[in-house]
Amino acid sequence: MAVNSVTNLGRSGVYDWMVQRVSAYLLALYTIFLLGFMLTTDLDYEAWAGLFSQTWFRIFSLGTLIALGGHAWVGLWTVSTDYIKATLPRFLFQAICGTVMFVYVVWGIQILWGL
Amino acid sequence: MFVGVAFLLYGLDLSLSGEEGFARVNELLDSFLAKLIIWGILSALLYHLVAGIKHLLMDMGIGEELKSGRLAAKLTIVISVILIVLAGVWVWQ
Repeated sequence: MAVNSVTNLGRSGVYDWMVQRVSAYLLALYTIFLLGFMLTTDLDYEAWAGLFSQTWFRIFSLGTLIALGGHAWVGLWTVSTDYIKATLPRFLFQAICGTVMFVYVVWGIQILWGL
Repeated sequence: MFVGVAFLLYGLDLSLSGEEGFARVNELLDSFLAKLIIWGILSALLYHLVAGIKHLLMDMGIGEELKSGRLAAKLTIVISVILIVLAGVWVWQ
């Protein structure tokens, strides 16, 4: 019987483990790409806005932001279950992290596709 | 890092808002406090990235024994310190 808690991301620990690994590859790829871009381009507004105006990079960025959501949720959930033993404070911590993460994703969509 | 993302999104938002927004971010990044924050976020990210890659390698069975594990841990520290120092040069010069 799979041990499960009501607040972890997936149906089982293995699912969470997978989410964290898959998102890690995307996050690492994006981080290395963006740092590489910033180091190899003399950054002015045209170059910077130009990159973010391209649809493929917006999709890449949004995908990364959502991957960050899963990665951070699993990571912070793990931290909270390790260190916050009392149920209510742990639940509040997780609720806050979830809300902040949701704000990040919506904010990111707003930045990328400015309504 | 989770808190750091807020700073990064704010900077991205401002920098994409227009020419003057982009210039504003550059001005902001000249202040001591902003450089410290950015360097802090970059350092945490670089260490997390290196340690994360080590974990992904461990999932493939690399560096999971005692000896190889200890070496991998030491390498992670050394590589992270080098990258953090380089990031410091990039941010502070």
